[in-house]
Amino acid sequence: MGGAVNDAAILARALRDPHAVLALDGAGWTALLAIARAEQLIGTLAHRVEGLPIPPAAARVLSDARASAEQGRLVALWEAEMARRALAGTGLPVILLKGTAFVAAGLSAGVGRAIGDLDILVPRDRIEDAEAALFAAGWEWVKPNAYDDAYYRRWMHELPPMIHRERDRMIDVHHTILPPTARITPDAAGLIGDSVVVGEGLRMLSPADMLCHAAAHLFADGDLAGGMRNLWDIHCLIGEFGTDGLEARAAHHGLGRAVARALRMTEALYGTPIPDRWREWDLADPLYRRRLLARDGWGRPTRRLTRLGFFMRSHAIRMPPAMLVRHLWTKWRMGHRP
Amino acid sequence: MRHVTQLRIGPIGFRIGCDWRAPIAALDALYRDYPAPEDGIPDFNVHLFAARPWRRVLRPSVQIGGDFVIPDAAPLPLAQGLLAAEMGMNLQMALGQRRYVLLHASAVERDGRALVMTGASGAGKSTLAALLMARGWRLMGDEFALLDPATGHILGFPRLISLKNQAIPVVEAALPDGRFGPVLVGTPKGIIRHLVPDARAIAAMATPAAPALILFPGFGFEAAVRTVYPSETFVRLTQASTNYVAMGERGFDALTGLVQSVPARAIDYPDGESAIAMIERIWAGL
Repeated sequence: MGGAVNDAAILARALRDPHAVLALDGAGWTALLAIARAEQLIGTLAHRVEGLPIPPAAARVLSDARASAEQGRLVALWEAEMARRALAGTGLPVILLKGTAFVAAGLSAGVGRAIGDLDILVPRDRIEDAEAALFAAGWEWVKPNAYDDAYYRRWMHELPPMIHRERDRMIDVHHTILPPTARITPDAAGLIGDSVVVGEGLRMLSPADMLCHAAAHLFADGDLAGGMRNLWDIHCLIGEFGTDGLEARAAHHGLGRAVARALRMTEALYGTPIPDRWREWDLADPLYRRRLLARDGWGRPTRRLTRLGFFMRSHAIRMPPAMLVRHLWTKWRMGHRP
Repeated sequence: MRHVTQLRIGPIGFRIGCDWRAPIAALDALYRDYPAPEDGIPDFNVHLFAARPWRRVLRPSVQIGGDFVIPDAAPLPLAQGLLAAEMGMNLQMALGQRRYVLLHASAVERDGRALVMTGASGAGKSTLAALLMARGWRLMGDEFALLDPATGHILGFPRLISLKNQAIPVVEAALPDGRFGPVLVGTPKGIIRHLVPDARAIAAMATPAAPALILFPGFGFEAAVRTVYPSETFVRLTQASTNYVAMGERGFDALTGLVQSVPARAIDYPDGESAIAMIERIWAGL
């Protein structure tokens, strides 16, 4: 494969069809590995191409990535266990979200997946109990900033992030999956009520709710950072659980549009089989695709204007205009630059 | 990236991209005898770039990036671009290396057996490694030694030797024919001058060696030798490793295996000459 790599389509293609990597030359591999690292998908890629006759130098890098992901899996499961023990006295259900849930349940989305923080969901009216129990077990605040702290507590769908003082691992305690300031209000009690057991004292969302959460995170909240990994999660979840009942569940949470877009994007990037009725023409899809794949052959972010646009959009859909202006002004004075 | 070079140090391939020509030209000159990454596929990428577009020309300052970065790393002036590249490569190793246990150590080899020297900054790791190279030991590296969990062997990482401050004239005197880089003044670590490892070190850089001695040198004291027990060696090596925790069980097994099979000594020394004499004596008595 010759020519300069100008976006992350090379990674989407490799995940979609692992045999595509057999056509890569040294430069192609170099770009693929750099982009996969930047998108935190190198462990996933490593598992996808395992066993194929690839160049030894690439095989070594990917074998390290597999070992690294396996170590990350053990650490994530251990952290979940630590949270379970910390919260055992409260009687709260510990509902694992995202990566930790995938590896705890042995889902294909968890194979090789990079896992950062531990994300858990607890009922909003018990969140102070969770906070106190975690505090007593050695977690402490990451952000000592008074504005951020007050902002999280008043307007966010989660507590300010906490970190464990000895293990140096972060936990995000959610009470729902979108900020209360957003126009969409998913049914948090329903998420908890429908959750399923994954192990001793640990639960995860139902498959349909996991899909709703992934779509909400990507298209109704964030600026699409980490979008390729998120869509890969969705691709794997659909492969494992299908889409039966998803439409009704998405509508129930007010996430019909986000889920539909997530499915269209997943199909476009990874060739996920989706029902015809989810396929519709949307003017903005190419723009989303442009943002999702905005990496150069060094793994660096590209397309500044597109990124800035999505950054602004992520804030606009997260809060009403007057509040947004106030928030951005405060953050700007504090030295934050997008 | 406008300017690019690729090279291999020991078993690790790098691609270094830069907004300016000068740092790449310096790398190409000093690393001219090093091979390219195997299969043309580097393990790590380093980016040297201007934080803002105008800083490419106006008071140019080099920001260090790559596959793995520390968020608040301070930029360096363009005159120290070579140092930025070296720091970028070290950073990728320190943060991203998962195949080998990374020991912050220098290493030299004789008769197929490796001497690994580790200790705090200023203990004399680089200087002793360079002086031993001058006396016919094969230099394996002065910053990182790589411990292979699969074999228990040490792999070399003979990048440029980074000499600092008063070590520079000492090594210049010991290696009158050595190839040195430019003198970099006013760096975060004072004056730095790089020394290119000799031809033998480069030619044999892919050849591992069985570890035979772990040494904890301490510069600036009266000469003294002390045996270090495996328990203490283990703790000191975990502290000298940037990836010990991330390696998990493989790292634990590799390090316990190392400290149980290889003797360790701590030496205090007042100058390079007496250190070399002590090392030769200990080595002969192994």
